[in-house]
Amino acid sequence: MTERNEMHHRSPDLSRLRGAREALPIVFGYVPIGIAYGVLGTAAGLPGWAVIAMSVMVYAGSAQFIAVSLLDQGATAAAIVATTFLVNLRHMLYSSALSPRLRRMSHGRLAWLAAELTDESFVVISRLLRTRGAMGRPTDPRTGGILPFGFVAGLQGTAQLSWVAGSALGVAAGSFIGDPARFGLDYALVAMFLGLLALQIHGRREVAVAVAAGAVALVLRLVGMGTGAVIPATLLASAVGLLFVTVGHRSEVLADHEEVA
Amino acid sequence: MRLLALFAAMGVVTYIPRVLPLLALSGRRLPPLLIHFFEGFPVAVLAAFVVPLLLAPGGILAVNRDNLELIVAIPTTLVALRTRSLIATVVAGSVLMVVARAVVQVV
Repeated sequence: MTERNEMHHRSPDLSRLRGAREALPIVFGYVPIGIAYGVLGTAAGLPGWAVIAMSVMVYAGSAQFIAVSLLDQGATAAAIVATTFLVNLRHMLYSSALSPRLRRMSHGRLAWLAAELTDESFVVISRLLRTRGAMGRPTDPRTGGILPFGFVAGLQGTAQLSWVAGSALGVAAGSFIGDPARFGLDYALVAMFLGLLALQIHGRREVAVAVAAGAVALVLRLVGMGTGAVIPATLLASAVGLLFVTVGHRSEVLADHEEVA
Repeated sequence: MRLLALFAAMGVVTYIPRVLPLLALSGRRLPPLLIHFFEGFPVAVLAAFVVPLLLAPGGILAVNRDNLELIVAIPTTLVALRTRSLIATVVAGSVLMVVARAVVQVV
């Protein structure tokens, strides 16, 4: 057993491949949504290279869809960056939950892994840790649940590659479509937001947050505020959500959730 | 070039919350109240984004029969809640919009 564990740590290529294999369920989710993103980005008038560049540089599904829509509405760069920050702040929770599992790793390696951390990679990694121990093998009490760099890098790298590839396929498909309204594609982005929102609703608390955020944002828009209305609405609504946190409530984010980011 | 600068800025504000706890927290947990506060953000941002888009496109309240986007949103949301599939929701929304526009043209 000792030799075998030694081997895993010493052969990064093997653990990278194992990681890539565990990414397959994510790939099946990312490719179609990536295609949808590529088509919608093109339909919103973004150049193809920009649609793909965003998947490389930002790599966060919800934020990318929101950015496409905000660019289409002519929002300011400041509003787009601030909204991106708010919607992606949740990654802090994953990062802090994984930090005990990534001990004994250089800051450079941690910095690398952090770049590709998403809702889905977090869910897959935490599920593997719970059910099969690190690297999908029974947990050895001595190395207990410590994730090797190559494994996580392989898993997350494969996931991002599939997101970028899906985006590129979507751009290619989008350039053949012509007038987006013909297929109702001008509405597809709104439908995507409704879908993303529905996936986030698990109970009374999320409903309360959604209603509060929608109401505040609507009022702010009606009194003349621009797309920046999202920010105060989010902060206020999330505070309202705290009223619905019951004692002993188990965090949804830290429990399983399989939604696409 | 302006787009690249924008994406770079988006990339930075996305990367900071991804990397900070790994580098600085080293195993300590965040305060539960902060976790619960952050948890609400994705729901809140999406709702704050989509509600004005549907109810007040262009900043003017339009809750009426002429607002096709709003009408189509109702069955689309039902599909989303029922299937919990993004692709099914997007396809349903697009198709319903094409149908709704065709109906309006005929009537």
